[in-house]
Amino acid sequence: MKKLRSPAELERLRDRIVGQHDPERPYVSVCGGTGCHAYKCEDVARALGNEIKQQGLGERVELKVTGCHGFCERGPLIVIYPEKIFYQRVTPADTSEIVSETIVKGKVIDRLLYAEPGNGHKARCEDDVSFYKKQQRLIFGNNGIIDPTNIEDYLAVGGYSALCKVLFDMHPEEVLDEISRSGLRGRGGAGFPTFRKWEAARNAPSYDGIRYIICNADEGDPGAYMDRSLLEGNPHSVIEGMIIGAYTMGSHHGYVYVRNEYPLAVENLGIALDQARQYGFLGKNILGSNFDFDIKVSRGGGAFICGESTALMASLEGRIGEPRPKHIHTALKGLYGRPTNLNNVETWANVPFIISRGAKWYSTIGTEGSKGTKIFSLVGKINNTGLVEVPMGITLREMVYDIGGGIRGGKKFKAVQTGGPSGGCIPESLIDLPVDFDRLTEAGAMMGSGGMIVMDEDNCMVDMARYFVKFLTEESCGKCVPCREGLDRMLDILTDITEGQGKKEDIELLEELGDVIKEASLCGLGGTAPNPVLSTIRYFRDEYEAHITDRRCPAGVCKALITFTVDAVNCTGCRVCARECPQGAISGEKKEIHFIDQGKCIKCGLCRDLCKFDAVLVS
Amino acid sequence: MIELTIDGTKVRVEKGTSVLEAAKEMGIIIPTLCYYPGLSSYGECRVCLVEVVKGKNRSSLEASCAMPVEQGLVIRTNSEKAKKARKLVVELLIASCPTSKTLQDMASNMGINRIRFKIKDRGCILCGRCVRYCKEQMRSGGIGFVGRGTSRRVATAFGVTPAECRNCGGCEWICPVCERACTANNLINGLCGGCQNLAPVETCAICTGCSESVGAHGHTVY
Repeated sequence: MKKLRSPAELERLRDRIVGQHDPERPYVSVCGGTGCHAYKCEDVARALGNEIKQQGLGERVELKVTGCHGFCERGPLIVIYPEKIFYQRVTPADTSEIVSETIVKGKVIDRLLYAEPGNGHKARCEDDVSFYKKQQRLIFGNNGIIDPTNIEDYLAVGGYSALCKVLFDMHPEEVLDEISRSGLRGRGGAGFPTFRKWEAARNAPSYDGIRYIICNADEGDPGAYMDRSLLEGNPHSVIEGMIIGAYTMGSHHGYVYVRNEYPLAVENLGIALDQARQYGFLGKNILGSNFDFDIKVSRGGGAFICGESTALMASLEGRIGEPRPKHIHTALKGLYGRPTNLNNVETWANVPFIISRGAKWYSTIGTEGSKGTKIFSLVGKINNTGLVEVPMGITLREMVYDIGGGIRGGKKFKAVQTGGPSGGCIPESLIDLPVDFDRLTEAGAMMGSGGMIVMDEDNCMVDMARYFVKFLTEESCGKCVPCREGLDRMLDILTDITEGQGKKEDIELLEELGDVIKEASLCGLGGTAPNPVLSTIRYFRDEYEAHITDRRCPAGVCKALITFTVDAVNCTGCRVCARECPQGAISGEKKEIHFIDQGKCIKCGLCRDLCKFDAVLVS
Repeated sequence: MIELTIDGTKVRVEKGTSVLEAAKEMGIIIPTLCYYPGLSSYGECRVCLVEVVKGKNRSSLEASCAMPVEQGLVIRTNSEKAKKARKLVVELLIASCPTSKTLQDMASNMGINRIRFKIKDRGCILCGRCVRYCKEQMRSGGIGFVGRGTSRRVATAFGVTPAECRNCGGCEWICPVCERACTANNLINGLCGGCQNLAPVETCAICTGCSESVGAHGHTVY
């Protein structure tokens, strides 16, 4: 491939690629995200490829392994275009039928369709699936269409046209103005207006003229993986956003700081960067515009704290990844002491959209203070887990019930933890809360990077808070005292409470400690770390009190506070629990009521899970 | 020159001065621990927290040693908010290192009368004075921080005495724990009673025999 030297050459290439593609020609898109990889999607893709060849359709049908489609709960997923027939939980054994029936004869295979939870209604094509219906997949939508390892797929959907527009028709000030009017706010957590960051880095003096821009792909929240899926599935959108940012800020050096635990993202990003260089989108004289820019990949060493801007830059420089006080902002003095701009993966991916479709259009999506869409990873006790992209301002109820398909096993919704471990917990009474940066912060939670963990009545909120504090205690860099010692003591107190050794004054102490950790910590990790504790105390104080005063865990989770007994009425004496109990704590003859020896019982809960008659009670 | 307000008084100082130094010039003493004249500021211990006023009802806490002065800053060094946070920070520090006389004195001065956390004596408060002294004053860099979170500690590389170490003993000399170890035998609730008190350690007359007897809040011993 020869380097593209002008926008006209790019448009000619694009026309050629689009012209080669027959929209009527069927093609099969197999989800190749990490989630589906766990379901062995590569076996499905291989089997499909073999079937297509064996049935002599090699010329007529195209097979594409794409990035994540989002509906991770039901993987491996395949979508058959042009009709967008949506099959889920596909196995290699199904592939022969898929090719012979659906692709050749156009018949839909009923058993592979998705059945809505509740009414069992089968959805034929992707757009009918309730999980996708309420979504607005601007950033994420192309994931299911393009092969991330082929730049031409990205060009076919209009890729790099925003870059052309910026390089040849817009002054950097105009780009800045466009981003400002779009109302784009950083997607990494704090929601800082993007144009302000850009403006500061653009105007900051640099003694040798060097400026850096960095893409923050050090996503570490438990249960959140939207950045990974974007880098895996559509790396060029991030690269394009970064080049636009570089042009605006006058930077010629970019970095992507990505977790080493994301091998597929690292691989696909590397391929994408190579191809972008080959085609002339990176390097010297991009598309003949005289603008130079290149991107290097830096792989993180596995510390959560390195998602924080100053810690990330320290790590990039090869120093210990720990934050420094930010009295001098990184926009003025960041990486190697030069003005530096750092934005999240998703923020960068938004940029080409804003440029090509206009700030005016973009700002019609979302709410007053939060514009555009946001990708959330909807996980937990919910029927449809996966990645969802929704307009800002959608209510939690729509997220949980319409997109998420309600709570698993018909249980009762209790709360949702937004913003990962340093976010907060939102109770059922606030389920109609519109999801945007400001509303979530008011409710004591935060948008964070977009993790959403749904909890049902079986989740103990004290135990949940303890889990997150434990995570953060381990991930604290240990530099400042409130975060290192404060979180450790908070964990001690919470552990005591869950073990039935809580004291009356503990709740007050937790609140005092939480306030000080928030105020006094050096960086954002400590500044938000007490959120899970403070928000659960705010909304579920009664649960804390039950643990402390009554020595009781209302949800039946905290092992020290619960006992397992056999219900004499429901027990049929089937001996399943007695056979499987790892401690041999259950005795009883066949067809007689069983008995649990409390001295031996380790409260693993296996008996309750195994019992088909709900005869194991927790109290 | 930069003009700022500290505790209601306007002051003009050189650019690049820290808030802590500016306050010191005015005779305002802010307690410090990881700060040491001649070493770079690290902002780790958070004992020197001050309140930075940012509008009518908005303020934040910042470590004054690591905060450069800015034009128009309004600082409160002794507000309730700052004092409360400092006290809790010292309380946390004592819970992890009760044998430091520096800390015990500080607690006594601040009127901390009880430690509400479990005592986990780690023998080090990770203030990093030794690390900075070794690197910045001795030009050696023989010791550094290892690990993260609660497993963070000061160590030499790979646990071997490095060639850079000249056995100067500076690390021990500057350590607020090693050099000034508290020798009190009986800690009451993690506190030693404070030998910095001019008055001898005594039991308060009101609450006879209770655990909050010495240097207790509300009963000024000195």
